[in-house]
Amino acid sequence: MNASPGNFDELLTSAGTPRHPALSDGLASLSAEMLAERQRHAEEELLEKGITFAVYGHNDGNEKVWPFDVVPRPIAWDEWQIIESGLKQRIRALNLFLDDVYGDGKIMKDGVVPEELVKTAKTYRPECQGFRPPGGVWTHVVGTDLVRNHDGTIYVLEDNLRCPSGVSYVLENREIMKRVLPEVFYGSIIASIEDYPERLLETLLKTAPPHISAPTAVVLTPGICNSAYFEHSFLAQQMGVELVSGSDLFVDDEDMVWMKTTRGPQRVDVIYRRIDDDFIDPEVFRADSMLGVPGLMRAYRSGNVTLANAPGTGVADDKAVYQYVPEIIRYYLSEDAILKNVPTYLCSVKSDRDYVLSHLHELVVKPTNESGGYGIMMGPQASQKEREDCAELIRKDPRNYIAQPMLTLSTVPTVINQTLAPRHVDLRPFILYGEDVWVLPGGLTRVALKEGSMIVNSSQGGGSKDTWVLLKN
Amino acid sequence: MLCRVAESLFWMSRYLERAENQARFIDVTSNIALGYRGRELDLWSSLLHAGGDVETFKETYSAPTQENVIRYLLFDPKNQNSVVSCLAAARENARSIRENLTTPMWEVVNQFYLRVRKAASESNRAIRQPHGVLEQIKRSAHQVLGVIQATWSRGEAWHFSSLGYHLERADKTSRILDVKYFILLPDPMHVGSQVDVVQWAALLESTSALEMYRREYGRIEPAKVVDFLMLNTRFPRSMRFCVRDAESSIRAISGTPMHSFSNPAEQLVAQLNAKLNYARATDVIGNGLHQFVDDFQSQLNGIGAAVAESFFQVNMNTGRGMQSQRSFMR
Repeated sequence: MNASPGNFDELLTSAGTPRHPALSDGLASLSAEMLAERQRHAEEELLEKGITFAVYGHNDGNEKVWPFDVVPRPIAWDEWQIIESGLKQRIRALNLFLDDVYGDGKIMKDGVVPEELVKTAKTYRPECQGFRPPGGVWTHVVGTDLVRNHDGTIYVLEDNLRCPSGVSYVLENREIMKRVLPEVFYGSIIASIEDYPERLLETLLKTAPPHISAPTAVVLTPGICNSAYFEHSFLAQQMGVELVSGSDLFVDDEDMVWMKTTRGPQRVDVIYRRIDDDFIDPEVFRADSMLGVPGLMRAYRSGNVTLANAPGTGVADDKAVYQYVPEIIRYYLSEDAILKNVPTYLCSVKSDRDYVLSHLHELVVKPTNESGGYGIMMGPQASQKEREDCAELIRKDPRNYIAQPMLTLSTVPTVINQTLAPRHVDLRPFILYGEDVWVLPGGLTRVALKEGSMIVNSSQGGGSKDTWVLLKN
Repeated sequence: MLCRVAESLFWMSRYLERAENQARFIDVTSNIALGYRGRELDLWSSLLHAGGDVETFKETYSAPTQENVIRYLLFDPKNQNSVVSCLAAARENARSIRENLTTPMWEVVNQFYLRVRKAASESNRAIRQPHGVLEQIKRSAHQVLGVIQATWSRGEAWHFSSLGYHLERADKTSRILDVKYFILLPDPMHVGSQVDVVQWAALLESTSALEMYRREYGRIEPAKVVDFLMLNTRFPRSMRFCVRDAESSIRAISGTPMHSFSNPAEQLVAQLNAKLNYARATDVIGNGLHQFVDDFQSQLNGIGAAVAESFFQVNMNTGRGMQSQRSFMR
């Protein structure tokens, strides 16, 4: 198979030669038919192991087997070093930014980031003003989305600083790969990822309220119907902590958090919450939330419990604030950003807005506060009507939209109908921040299974691949 | 352990056991049907009576033919006690507390569910020749039990599961005894006639008890079969064995020593255990086996309700005194 012209393929050069000779020995020995056979094994195994995700509005119990492709996505060691240091830099700067936004607001007073932009972000939480979480750690778990454009440049597409999901699939994809393609693992040139649960537990315990000697951590899930329920359950199991729903917890008059056990109440010190800010505490945020714990913010603000990630982090992954991240890095760290931002037009700025409205056919328009690929308008592929509707939305609420040029995501060969075909991918590495910043080598590679499509979200028919950071021999 | 988790473990186990017993019920009835001299409809409707399912059955089906009853008990999703429904419920409970199970346990429960779902999608064939499916259900159920034994620490979670298993099993053994006794021995005067032995052997076999019974008692006599299924202390499906295990699990959970109690669940299970400890099969038959089984079942229901009250709906007192609890809990 050759890479298509104009595309960057992660496995093959445009001349069709392998980019990663160390890897290709193992992989090249497998024909397309054999890969398709292994693909079938992998799918059977995923079904039997019950590795699923829920799709809202999908039939058959709302559960779908996790879509997985056996052809891995490799990353060369040298390139990974750059990505890793770039991610660490970004996470440090964004945490300093959050500390500042909810603290003295220096960066706004110095005019580096407009205060107006920050305070009008839907994810800005005035309730968090004046509070500093233990160690100044706001984003314990981050899943940053990276893409490679056809010219080979890697860009940060989104910083997901709230409740990023996908890491359980990274770990499960690796387990499946070891079983269906064991020959490639002999000699082990691939960075291991299996210590993630241990690192996550360490991160949670290290950021517990400082006066607790042996903290108890739990994972808080919205419940079995949530699209990422498998992951919540998986992480709790792997860390050996309780998976709780909101109704399993309560906050007492002294602002302590307890879980309801068969032997009465038990104290909880750290909550890895996989519920959005809006739903965690009906006393403070959405009053109609049935998922949260009344009084949780009281307990949090009293310093009796750590919430990971901290409430309010969404302001730093607002897609309009994103535009300022290189400036934010320079402001706090006096360094240039290692990883590039995609050029972004803020519709709240008049000149940008005018440009966007007259170039809708070549731009991607995104709401500033959505995730999961919802609400995105792909200019080049949209109909005239869709573009007009989008223009209307932008005029009504310019602060809520940004636009970016359409990137051509890099491809990886993928098993499609028993044969290999190039499909576009992105990459979501996972970053933990407890005592220090740590990056899981690799991450979740998502792949758009439809030919030519750039939509990789699993909620919209995307698949996944194992990601191999190739160690140097 | 979280109350919600305890409750799900309990119910996951009950549903798994219920599915296996449903398969046993059908199996013994089709065995008996092969040599049965009465009406097919009587035989199969007795199965519905045993499960308390007559009314819901009538809503969908006209007559309790073999085909209808098997379809209803195995594959009907509207019947909440059908094998398909039990497996769906067991799996959903397991999924909601997956982190408390070992990975092999979750996988074996999930596979059990997938197999039954597949059989349900080819239900016509399975209903014509149910033996293969029934064997598969029993084997899958045993596989789950094996994985539980081999991989799960004997902690609180295991005890809640064990409690669910044993309460359900005690109930089902009593039901199978009740309904079959009624069919096989409508009049105590019939004891000893020739046809009995074949049918009683079928009954024992359907609870996997025939071989164990033979070793213990040799020849088949109705009173001894009753003694074996009701009061034997070594056979793992006997009512007494199950109640005894249920009591030890409840005591392991609450930490209360024998001969005392700290909650209604302990009190009721110990009372029932004592009743079985001092019962004699011939007395039970003489005084009316059906009545005895009926009382037994309502006592089991009482224990189930008390377990819920004692462990699943615990009163959460907040405020002072909790700080000392904290170190105890760790």
